[in-house]
Amino acid sequence: MTDNSALHDVIVIGSGPAGYTAAIYTARAQLNPLVFEGTAFGGALMTTTEVENYPGFRTGITGPELMDEMREQALHFGADLQMEDVESVSLTGPVKEVVTAGGETYRTRAVILAMGAAARYLGIPGEQELLGRGVSSCATCDGFFFKDQDIAVVGGGDSAMEEATFLTRFARSVTLVHRRDEFRASRIMLERARTNDKISFLTNTAVLAVEGESTVTGLRVRNTLNGEESTLAVTGVFIAIGHDPRSELVRDALDVDPAGYVVVREHSTATSLPGVFAAGDLVDHTYRQAITAAGSGCAAALDAERWLADTPDPSEMIPGEMTGATS
Amino acid sequence: MSESTVTVTDASFADAVLSSATPVLVDFWATWCGPCRMVAPVLEEIAAEKAGSLTVAKVDVDANPATARDFQVVSIPTLILFKDGQPVKRIVGAKGKAALLRELADVL
Repeated sequence: MTDNSALHDVIVIGSGPAGYTAAIYTARAQLNPLVFEGTAFGGALMTTTEVENYPGFRTGITGPELMDEMREQALHFGADLQMEDVESVSLTGPVKEVVTAGGETYRTRAVILAMGAAARYLGIPGEQELLGRGVSSCATCDGFFFKDQDIAVVGGGDSAMEEATFLTRFARSVTLVHRRDEFRASRIMLERARTNDKISFLTNTAVLAVEGESTVTGLRVRNTLNGEESTLAVTGVFIAIGHDPRSELVRDALDVDPAGYVVVREHSTATSLPGVFAAGDLVDHTYRQAITAAGSGCAAALDAERWLADTPDPSEMIPGEMTGATS
Repeated sequence: MSESTVTVTDASFADAVLSSATPVLVDFWATWCGPCRMVAPVLEEIAAEKAGSLTVAKVDVDANPATARDFQVVSIPTLILFKDGQPVKRIVGAKGKAALLRELADVL
């Protein structure tokens, strides 16, 4: 059982590749990490299909399988994994506090933030109203329900290409709607989508609204070149326009950039607060790969380990004495 | 962990859910759905804690498409709370235990 009166060395918040890698490294360093996985355990990879670019898996591995492996590896080395959401944190001073959604307070010397990023929505009429009624942000979850139907994917990055390609297993047709005619997607993903007979591209097109009463019936779209509006008849729409960092928990406590990413010192995972480190998609607006997230989770663990070694342990400090030495 | 949830199929849905005297929270899920795996342990906990006052039932949409279709489930995980045979609350997507209990509080 997790002891919440003890002072922990390190608490990890998050459970994607960054969080689990930080857990593996800190566990192996005998720091007995306590990990708050949250309900979204596994992170963004839990909604992806095949991961073809994570080194070490020559024939690929599915996102959920990869996360299962990382989780088991963290457990194997003794990380204390708690499937709880964190409600609030207090990150200043030598003893930090983490309060869970269940109302428990945990004390720790160092914190590794790895909450990742959450899927972004378009913020247009009909979108939230029809969420789960034809609007989805998870193709692997919901593609099955759209057998032999005409559906749309909105977005122009790798996730959009991956989702569109995956959805052709079920759908009769997939229209990829993108507001520009250039794509952020990698060439291999774009080519795969382009050569798929079931996928058609609707570029220079902005989505204005999701239409439908109880279920999705179409997308109201506007051609950004000539301003013409029309309706694309679809029964499902998958939103794949990117992610926003999940930094709400710490936004007021430490430095974040205008887009909400946690700011870390260059060549380090150190945030603006001593003993607080950050890794993964919470920090990274450039690469956002499973392997870069895992790499920065490792760096955060090593940074935290070094910081703990260089910083006096407050629980060993005897009042009136400043040495921090134990008997 | 022993299972506190019950498995319901297309064939048993009417008896197990619609005719149930106690409220039933039905989890529409599938093996391929990552977020469904996230929410599963939370539902086991809720089922164990609320045993007697709430039944938590699981419907695998892959094997039981008719029930999913009847209730227009096109996104999983979807949780539907049934009271006296009527769907009274619908929750789409994986949510934390505290958040789920909060959403169920006003209808339980």
